[in-house]
Amino acid sequence: MLYRENGQFKTSYRADLQIFPILQDRWTILALLAFAFLVVPSFASDYYFRAILIPFLIMALAALGVNILVGYCGQISLGSGAFMAVGAYGAYNFFVRIPDMPLVPALILGGLCATAFGIVFGLPSLRVKGLYLAVATLAAQFFADWMFLRIKWLVNDSPSGSVSVNGLQVFGLPIESGVSKYWFCLTVLCIVALLAKNLVRSAIGREWMAIRDMDVAAAVIGIRPVYAKLTAFAVSSFIVGMAGALWAFVYLGAWEPAAFNVDVSFRLLFMVIIGGLGSITGAFFGAAFIVVLPIFLNQFLPFAASLVGLSVSTEAASHAELMIFGALIVWFLIVEPHGLAKLWSTGKQKLRLWPFPH
Amino acid sequence: MAFFLETLIGGLMAGMLYALVALGFVLIFKASGVFNFAQGAMVLFAALAMARFSEWIPQWTGLSNKVLADMAAFVLAGALMFVVAWLVEKLVLRHLVNQEGATLLMATLGIAYFLEGMGQTLFGSSIYKIDIGMPKDPVFILENTFQGGILVNKEDLYAACIAAVLVAALSLFFQKTGTGRALRAVADDHQAAQSIGIPLARIWVIVWCVAGVVALVAGMIWGSKLGVQFSLATVALRALPVVILGGLTSVPGAIIGGLVIGVGEKLSEVYIGPLVGGGIEIWFAYVLALGFLLVRPQGLFGEKIIDRV
Repeated sequence: MLYRENGQFKTSYRADLQIFPILQDRWTILALLAFAFLVVPSFASDYYFRAILIPFLIMALAALGVNILVGYCGQISLGSGAFMAVGAYGAYNFFVRIPDMPLVPALILGGLCATAFGIVFGLPSLRVKGLYLAVATLAAQFFADWMFLRIKWLVNDSPSGSVSVNGLQVFGLPIESGVSKYWFCLTVLCIVALLAKNLVRSAIGREWMAIRDMDVAAAVIGIRPVYAKLTAFAVSSFIVGMAGALWAFVYLGAWEPAAFNVDVSFRLLFMVIIGGLGSITGAFFGAAFIVVLPIFLNQFLPFAASLVGLSVSTEAASHAELMIFGALIVWFLIVEPHGLAKLWSTGKQKLRLWPFPH
Repeated sequence: MAFFLETLIGGLMAGMLYALVALGFVLIFKASGVFNFAQGAMVLFAALAMARFSEWIPQWTGLSNKVLADMAAFVLAGALMFVVAWLVEKLVLRHLVNQEGATLLMATLGIAYFLEGMGQTLFGSSIYKIDIGMPKDPVFILENTFQGGILVNKEDLYAACIAAVLVAALSLFFQKTGTGRALRAVADDHQAAQSIGIPLARIWVIVWCVAGVVALVAGMIWGSKLGVQFSLATVALRALPVVILGGLTSVPGAIIGGLVIGVGEKLSEVYIGPLVGGGIEIWFAYVLALGFLLVRPQGLFGEKIIDRV
């Protein structure tokens, strides 16, 4: 009833090409942004910021980057953890080696390091595709793991590769408390999401999607696969690298190479698949799901066991978590292979016609 | 020279074991087009089952003969892998027919997580050891040719023999039996195979069973070498470049790829490693496979991929 678009006429191309062509959507997004920026900080406790909200925002950013590569360009990547690591350590090197380096340029430079790394490891995509490429990108993962453990110069000569940063500030404002970190991550996420959304609607985005749907056919109609694939790798690894730098600087503070191991790559891929391939909204849904699920299970499993009079050791709980995680992934893939974003759009479609079924 | 040969032989032995894990990947990919990331978890699961059964069976039945108990444990663990294969087909694959490669890959990752959790819940998560009576002492060969001879680990030798026997048996099974022929038919074209009356579901169960048994043998050998623990699941990640190098659909490719990677890893670690800070075993195989892919995208023995619009 509320979600009707009749009477909203587009009278210019501008209006027709808006990101949210429906008035209600625009208002919802504005309300959501206002809620996220103004209301959430006023009631969320420090625990929520540190355990849920900040990881969610940063992981959503990373998932956005992975989604550009996997969802829009169809190049399966299992090396996202490596791109995050390169972003993090790249930003770290700029941050500690250049005196008075501000945070934001350091993050961007870290993202650019990841871009270079991503392009190099994206080169095989010109020759191989599909599952071969998935394994080829694992090379990036293992190479990065090794690089930050063994090449001492990159980690400022720390013996185990663990480094830390402190005294973060943006435009003179300190980024120390949960709220300020939250605001900072949210701002970065909003800007990048807006840019990404526009990028995938533009010519280059359509080239990516053409490559994804059928690269030979795309090449036949005049799309350069080399250019399209490498730009997808570049843009994706830039965003993932920024997310890695944020994860290290803002969320962890002190980290070691293991913080970006192959498990991170798998989780990012889960986020993209569960959220929805080829959808910006999907990255948010997926990140929310993967970040919140373990926390929820950690709280819920001991509670559920206590209801039936059992006590669960932490070890058993972590194993049960693995099992439930795995089962849920399989279940999701079977029930909704297009991800949560598809459910969302189905819901919207139903809402349009409500109360009529067709 | 002796040292070089020693490294070479060590590499070949390790390569044989990689080939064994890689074989599991290839079998499943050949017959169902699923890239099975759960192979590592299956190796871990099978090894855990084997280790614990060989411990439990004497307690349950009072069996005192070590060899008999080991054999019973092997059979029981094998049966368990059959159940796993059947469940995977029934609960997962059957519902994912005709999905994209990425979706299937994710599903096997889900299975991997599940099996890792399940294995450790059922069998415990400490470090266990499998003792199937393989001799551990090293032997020296070619003592006349070289000063001091070449040191070869007897255990590796046995492991390589077991692997070779398994590979030979599988090749025979694929080439000579009716089931093997059906498997190859399914690998070539699902739909065509189905239309001449080959039951797809049963073929998948068989393939996953065989992969389960291969995982069991691999788990047994790796487990008796390294001990059964969580890190065993990562052995599969070491075996991935082997599959890529050999070609996803080729059984001989898995063997040759395994040997190449095994030798390459050991030689690079010994001769290049010191120059760049060591520990390059982890990524050398991947970079080797990657470099190879740039020249020959389908791997050594893989089928040439032809694209048509």
